[in-house]
Amino acid sequence: MSSTTLDQPAPNAGSSGDHHAHEISNVVIRFAGNSQDGIQSIGGFLARLAGRTKQDVMTYMTIPSTISGGPSIFQVHIGSGEVLSAGDDADWLVAFYQHSYDDHLKALRKGGWVLYDSDHVTPNPEDKDHRYLAVPFTNATVEALGGTARDKGKNLFVLGLVSQIFKLNKEKLVAIVERQFAGKKDESILRNAMLAFDTGYAYQVGDVLDESFEFKPGHRDEENRLTTDGNQMMVCGLLAAGVRYGAGYPITPWSPIMESLRSELPRYGGIFVQTEDELAAISAALGFSYSGHIAITGSSGPGLSLKMEALSYATMAEIPVIVINVQRGGPSTGLPTSMEQSDLLQAIYGSHGDSPRVVLAPYSVEDCFYIAIEAYRIAKKYSTPVIILSDQALSSRIEAFPEPNLDEWMTEPNLDLTPRDEAWKPYPLDTDVNHAPPGTKMLGGKYPVISGLEHDEWGHPTSSPKLHTQMTNRRREKLKRMAAELDVPEIHGDQSGEVLLIGWGSSYGPIKEAGDRLRGQGRKVGSMVMRHLHPMANSLEKIFAGYEHVIVAEVNDQGLYGHGQLTTLLRARYCDPRIQSITKTDGLSFQVREIIAGVEKVTGAK
Amino acid sequence: MASLFIGSVRLPAGRAHPPKTVQMRSVGLAEGYICSTLSNQPVKDPGRFWENLLFSPFAFRGNVNREHRHYPIIARFFCCRQLRTEPAFPTSQPPTFHMSAATPAPVEQKLTKKILTADHPTWCPGCGDFAVLASFYRVLERMQIPHEKIVTIAGIGCSSRFPYFVNGHGLHFIHGRALPLATAVSLARPDCHVFVFGGDGDGFSIGGNHLNHAARKNVNLTYVIMDNFVYGLTKKQTSPTSPLGYKSKTDPAGAIDRPINPMKQLVAAGATFIARTHATQVNHMCEMYQRAIEHKGFSVVETLSECVMFYAGAFDDGIPRKGGKFEIIDERKHDGTPEDEARHDVTDEVAAYKLADVQYPGKFGVFYQESRPTKNDLEYKWISETQSKLGGTTARQVLQKRFDMMK
Repeated sequence: MSSTTLDQPAPNAGSSGDHHAHEISNVVIRFAGNSQDGIQSIGGFLARLAGRTKQDVMTYMTIPSTISGGPSIFQVHIGSGEVLSAGDDADWLVAFYQHSYDDHLKALRKGGWVLYDSDHVTPNPEDKDHRYLAVPFTNATVEALGGTARDKGKNLFVLGLVSQIFKLNKEKLVAIVERQFAGKKDESILRNAMLAFDTGYAYQVGDVLDESFEFKPGHRDEENRLTTDGNQMMVCGLLAAGVRYGAGYPITPWSPIMESLRSELPRYGGIFVQTEDELAAISAALGFSYSGHIAITGSSGPGLSLKMEALSYATMAEIPVIVINVQRGGPSTGLPTSMEQSDLLQAIYGSHGDSPRVVLAPYSVEDCFYIAIEAYRIAKKYSTPVIILSDQALSSRIEAFPEPNLDEWMTEPNLDLTPRDEAWKPYPLDTDVNHAPPGTKMLGGKYPVISGLEHDEWGHPTSSPKLHTQMTNRRREKLKRMAAELDVPEIHGDQSGEVLLIGWGSSYGPIKEAGDRLRGQGRKVGSMVMRHLHPMANSLEKIFAGYEHVIVAEVNDQGLYGHGQLTTLLRARYCDPRIQSITKTDGLSFQVREIIAGVEKVTGAK
Repeated sequence: MASLFIGSVRLPAGRAHPPKTVQMRSVGLAEGYICSTLSNQPVKDPGRFWENLLFSPFAFRGNVNREHRHYPIIARFFCCRQLRTEPAFPTSQPPTFHMSAATPAPVEQKLTKKILTADHPTWCPGCGDFAVLASFYRVLERMQIPHEKIVTIAGIGCSSRFPYFVNGHGLHFIHGRALPLATAVSLARPDCHVFVFGGDGDGFSIGGNHLNHAARKNVNLTYVIMDNFVYGLTKKQTSPTSPLGYKSKTDPAGAIDRPINPMKQLVAAGATFIARTHATQVNHMCEMYQRAIEHKGFSVVETLSECVMFYAGAFDDGIPRKGGKFEIIDERKHDGTPEDEARHDVTDEVAAYKLADVQYPGKFGVFYQESRPTKNDLEYKWISETQSKLGGTTARQVLQKRFDMMK
């Protein structure tokens, strides 16, 4: 144990046997190091363990947009109660380097613990607000592993340390770690990993740590819970929905979805194509859909811009396609590994011409699964492009949630090549589009052309003013029919009162938590998440009428007129000046306290 | 020597027979024939009327009038015997291949030009693309591909209007992106025959990158590039194949940027069937198309197709009747004779590259052909290997297993 800890204001420092035992219901641990240190895997193991031990978990990570190296953090919020955010302040900071310590000490709450690598970090001796626990991560790992391993494996050493401190279920954790390394050709990797873990677990932290922690039993009773991130759950949703074909081009943070689909789809008899660019990706997806298989493509902000021309084609030609946009900080290359919700207007209005299309947003990792299925069903029923707006935070954060029942949700796609009779037309004015894929026999002898030109019911070009009006109407009205079928979003908390908090996408977790805290202060607050952003459900104005303030919290800019992007849409639709925004553009998910402060500002300015 | 002139006559709607009066107007002819205007001339003998029209040295175009049906006329010239012996339609009755009036075709009916014809082309009279269309019909007739399996896909450009003129499954896409879309159709629907049609702007300029990648991936489809060395639809801008010095609206002093060499580019990109033909040489064009279709993999036929409006006479140097040279590549026959050594080996990349350097109008025929696994084959191989490892588990079970790994 390093002597630096002796300077800390820990009560009874140096005396043994006087531990304060805490039964805790939740803890926020921030691991700060460099991206190649494998701190993401520590976080991943802890999250998975929480999922297995009936606890709630939410993680938050930052990664540098460099290939290797650069500061990186992984924050885990584990709770025996409901966890809605990744946590505003950390209870523990695990610092691997001096820069990790310097940059992240401010994220630690007063009285929180700093667990640091005494081989690399010299803490500020003046700091009396935090408590310090020094462990030579690097040397201890090197000693344990010996040979040429150097400090590879210190992440597992730290995982062992953390397990010891929080009395985590070692047996389950070891099983999770072993499964991760199982199947690696070089068995020494698993051996070294376990050795590092055991060394950390058994490391004598000494009596400086005068507290011990133990979680209350988790409150989640579901037998089967999944622990994974948003991108992976999106993939599962697509697979369950019946997506078997897709195309994409690499871009952070969308890439993990395409990587998973590329390796998963052959198992389902499908194909995912890595194309030469974003334009080819959406073109290929439209080609698959035209072939009779509703397909998926996706990207992140700049890539979505490149897909806009073809998306407009999809609206005109009425081809169903699912486009996932994992939003990141913009404009341009912007902040490729940061969180932002600034592509909403692009998603809805980014294309030329009057090109209505559907835009959905999942609000949690679990919801990624269900939204993908809904996107497929909408695309199919209305023969329309559907954009799913995920975001960087949702894509990489890990949550635990009940396993979806596949008997209920899994559908097998079928290719409909039944011959079409003479009455069939590709673009009937009076009914929904039901395309005849190539290979379909046309009993009338006349074959359809799918067209991006304004067309008649047969797909043949026309510049008839009457037909352009009629066809524009049908493309609009089908989405209005869809809107009429949407359920009005449920309100969490007070069904009427002072403030209605509205969120969309991954912001909803902290928004809901902010609403809960405000209600705890005796205020009448309801919170609501909008999953259907275009078209929106009807009758929202009836909900709004029950509140004094309608406040939308979104991670994007307030724009020239002072409103965030969803706020702008709601104000345009409802002409209601009570609709106000809480916005920010720091590239980070909302903290609960930021939303509460925003609510105070809006309601105080009344 | 065959040549094509195209036009249409307008007939009052609902008329089953040639009209008593036909208003006709000839338009610019590439080959220097006299332009004349026929107006309100009485038609005395309906049978002879069609015959005369068919073999008339004039090109006709009906006045554009939406209230009337337009009858496309393909007037074929005399030197091509094969075409001559099979007239475009019987002379004793009016043509039935016109737009918007469907020809009911019983299933499994023999594929004929009549069945394959759809909208009246929007091309200018005299445009080389008519001959490409006629040749495509002819090749499909010869090959008897099941009607419902024919898929024509195009981007944007004059030639990219192609899918509207073929009565088959068709898709008219956005500028330059026909190939990636067609790639997906080819991959997802190996039962279909995928044809892509487009021009030099679509293929070599805005869609140039897709051409390279479809070629290297060896996607199983046939791509006909109707190269006219100019942007026609947008009315005379320099194209990627416009020769140096070509005066266009964007190069009023003559083109200064070196044009691409399509054959070289395709060889370098890895296309597995690369041919070049000329829209006035119908037999050669048909032969190239058929070989391209029969080739397994990515087959491209660059077809020099004159734009009579904006680059008239561009390809005269390749028309023997006009004093040009239509030099067909002498392909190696592998007959063991000593003279065979001197012939072009289509599997020799370097030889193809050299052949592509022959001065304009260059050589015509197959420059390069190789047998290489298609992307289609490789993707399906991976699927079958992956699925055989799973040993008959259902999709539901595969996804459940993935869930189990997340627990």
